[in-house]
Amino acid sequence: MSLVPDTIDLELGTATGVTDPAPKALRRRSTRRVVGPPLFVLALILVLWYAVSYLLLTPGRRFLLPPPQSVVAGGFLTWSNFGQILTSLGFTARTAVLGFFLATIIGMSLAVVMSQAKWVERALYPYAVVLQTIPILAIVPLIGFAFGFNFGSRVLVCVLIALFPITTNTLFGLLSVDDGLHDLFTLQGVGRHRRLWSLQLPAALPNIFTGLRISAGLSVIGAVVGDFFFQQGQPGLGQLINLYRAQLEPDPLYAAVIMASLLGIFAFVLVGFISQRVIGAWHESARTADRSNSVTKNRNH
Amino acid sequence: MTRSSLLPSDAHVRANGSGPRRDRASVQFEAVTKRFDDGTEALRAVSFSVLPGEFVALVGPSGCGKSTLLRLASGLATPTTGTVDVQAAPVGYVFQDATLLPWRTVLRNVELLGQLHGVPKEERRRNALAAISTVGLSGFEAKYPRALSGGMKMRASLARALTLSPQVFLFDEPFGALDEITRQRLNDELLQLFQDRGFAALFVTHSVPEAVFLATRVLVMSGRPGAVIADIAVPFGYPRPPQLRYSAAFASLAGQIGGALQEGHS
Repeated sequence: MSLVPDTIDLELGTATGVTDPAPKALRRRSTRRVVGPPLFVLALILVLWYAVSYLLLTPGRRFLLPPPQSVVAGGFLTWSNFGQILTSLGFTARTAVLGFFLATIIGMSLAVVMSQAKWVERALYPYAVVLQTIPILAIVPLIGFAFGFNFGSRVLVCVLIALFPITTNTLFGLLSVDDGLHDLFTLQGVGRHRRLWSLQLPAALPNIFTGLRISAGLSVIGAVVGDFFFQQGQPGLGQLINLYRAQLEPDPLYAAVIMASLLGIFAFVLVGFISQRVIGAWHESARTADRSNSVTKNRNH
Repeated sequence: MTRSSLLPSDAHVRANGSGPRRDRASVQFEAVTKRFDDGTEALRAVSFSVLPGEFVALVGPSGCGKSTLLRLASGLATPTTGTVDVQAAPVGYVFQDATLLPWRTVLRNVELLGQLHGVPKEERRRNALAAISTVGLSGFEAKYPRALSGGMKMRASLARALTLSPQVFLFDEPFGALDEITRQRLNDELLQLFQDRGFAALFVTHSVPEAVFLATRVLVMSGRPGAVIADIAVPFGYPRPPQLRYSAAFASLAGQIGGALQEGHS
């Protein structure tokens, strides 16, 4: 038997075969149910925002939280500001994507290595925890001194922040494969390569995607934080936010913060979408929309 | 039962071993004792054999070491003392749970063993489709396990074990979690398979009626540490009609086995 499996156990194509045969009217109703509640909360937030801007803050202190229309006008509709924000957003996104990519490779490799022998796990896991518990803000300046204040260091901060959830979730998935399935493979005299590829990795996919989803958002945070401290190289959102703060320009500042958060949300949703595509056909967790649907149905009847 | 060896070095499993005295038996346990690392004794001086074409059922209270016994027979565990001989490789093993891979469709689950043994793609697909049709799952090839009922999952699991055409089958309470109607139907179909294929079977169960209905011989085990305390032949021939379950002869035999079980438990 060859060590390299002839098929890797992912059926990307078949997952798309699951389509929702619900009639249009029903789907429209469920869309309203999905979109409605968050829109309602958004309205509440806007009301609160106005209240703080106009009722709580005196005109002299309104720069702390300018009202929404002022942020839209000064941040999003003033091209000199918004163009700058978009350019920086691109640089930040590039840092985040590269950081996320590296964190995924390193994080999963670490988990695979740890899953192969208990002593390796014992040796490495404590340091993974240490990495997670060190206040990242405290070491970011040190990273700058050690590796320079440019792109490489920004990516490194990203990786440091995004690594842990991927490693722990992957490791958990690899180690919690059902004993019966292990017995099934043992009975066939399967080696550890085959067991890893055909059993443990596919079984761990739901956990891996959980980790990836958390880390996708974290790497955006990492990219902004790194940028905040490292002033060399192309300016990302962090530098821009710093700049707007120094110049006391709250409107573009809030616009930049909103764009950073939208980038994080986009990353989160994108990974969720991929997860649905890959494991949606056979795993519950990837189909949360379906489940909440049936829950509301049950509540109504 | 008195020949139990005291030396752990005597313990070994011979997958294809053929001792001169026992080359007739498909499965042969001789003075097998199993003690776990924590010191608990699961089996004590167990000796029995399953001849080719024989269907042996093993009944006993829960925790008596029935599953341990099957793990020994399959090679998943080794005896502390004594010998276990199984005259066939590979053996078919049907687990308590269906143990299907949730990310594979029924077809790809049934193909798994062939794939792990390096059977060429077309051949293993042909075998899998034949096995799926044998267990009555045709039409469900593209379904994922989560879409199947408990009985259908067990059928898929059975189909998977059939693909390697084993001469010896080990069953570990495969229908224990199913409802009575499904269980009886699967029992009927399993007997049909047994007649068609002529394999030897060792079937662990905690249901006395199931044991009587399926087996040519019923072994009764005592509570922990497990030992075989009765070996009762079932006089009914094959095929066995489903109504056999409600006959007087069946009831009296089940009663006799139930009595032996009670004795071993107290």
